[in-house]
Amino acid sequence: MSFDYDKYLRPGKLPHIWCPGCGHGIVMKGLIRAMDTLKLKKEETAIVSGIGCASRLPGYIDCCTLHTAHGRAAAFATGVKMARPEMNVILCGGDGDGTAIGGNHFIHACRRNIDMTYIIMNNYIYGMTGGQFSPCTPTGHKASTTPYGNPDPNFDIAKLAIGAGATFVARGTAFHANQIDKLIVEAIQHKGFSVVEILDDCPTTYGRRNKYKSVIEMMNRLKDVAVPVKAAEKMTAEQLQGKVLTGVLYKEDKPEYIAEYAKVIERAKAAK
Amino acid sequence: MEKKLPKIEIIEKYCKGCHICVEFCPKDVLEMKGFYASVKNLEACISCMQCELRCPDFAIKVITE
Repeated sequence: MSFDYDKYLRPGKLPHIWCPGCGHGIVMKGLIRAMDTLKLKKEETAIVSGIGCASRLPGYIDCCTLHTAHGRAAAFATGVKMARPEMNVILCGGDGDGTAIGGNHFIHACRRNIDMTYIIMNNYIYGMTGGQFSPCTPTGHKASTTPYGNPDPNFDIAKLAIGAGATFVARGTAFHANQIDKLIVEAIQHKGFSVVEILDDCPTTYGRRNKYKSVIEMMNRLKDVAVPVKAAEKMTAEQLQGKVLTGVLYKEDKPEYIAEYAKVIERAKAAK
Repeated sequence: MEKKLPKIEIIEKYCKGCHICVEFCPKDVLEMKGFYASVKNLEACISCMQCELRCPDFAIKVITE
């Protein structure tokens, strides 16, 4: 049966601005399916984003949305969640927005363990601003500002999030479209800060500079590098060379920030 | 028993011609006709919904009964 995406889309906004073959549309579809699975009410769901290609996503979805300053999605979203704890707050953005410009906000949102879900679409580059290298551009790969290859080692977003204290970390790819909504559902249900990294493709500014002939080649690369966590347990370190683990990578229960803050308010009231 | 064929609706206004649906169709049902995707061989369609799932542009609907 065909899935009715229209009921979650703002009328008259399509076609979207993303380039032909960009995976952000696939991720947006996954998010809509996840919202439908959880039966999230539009008035009780807030999608917050910064600046960038991926951050244009909230403009198309018909619920409470907030498009904020570059990299500051986590800061604004924390404000939304503190003021209205009953809201389901979902953040979205790209790798440059989340880990470079907003790197500080990102790690501290992870540390605080506030009940939100951050969907990071990692396309290895700053797409909208003209293809500059981001902290996620792999070493040696080319961008508009590194035409002879990027000398920097790249971030592993999932490890960064785990290290900073996020309590749910998952990774998917735009190729594994069926898995995206399942990961997002699990992330939203988790009480605490959840990070879902989706490996994506950017054919326009990343692909053509790094000798990917087509969108299909980029999608097939995502298929080749992804290894599910369970399958990786049986593989040797040599076999895992150059591969990326997908699925739920980390999950733990820790005190959640809103609940802890409510206790602080109680204590302050009792002290008077 | 006669196989019930689905209806594949392609919204040309949304299609950006990225070839994803054509390449990932396991039964070779779709083709590129000029800039847009179009249906070549509907009889082969098994309603696996891969094209609808993967289309980044919300341009394909596979309607089954």
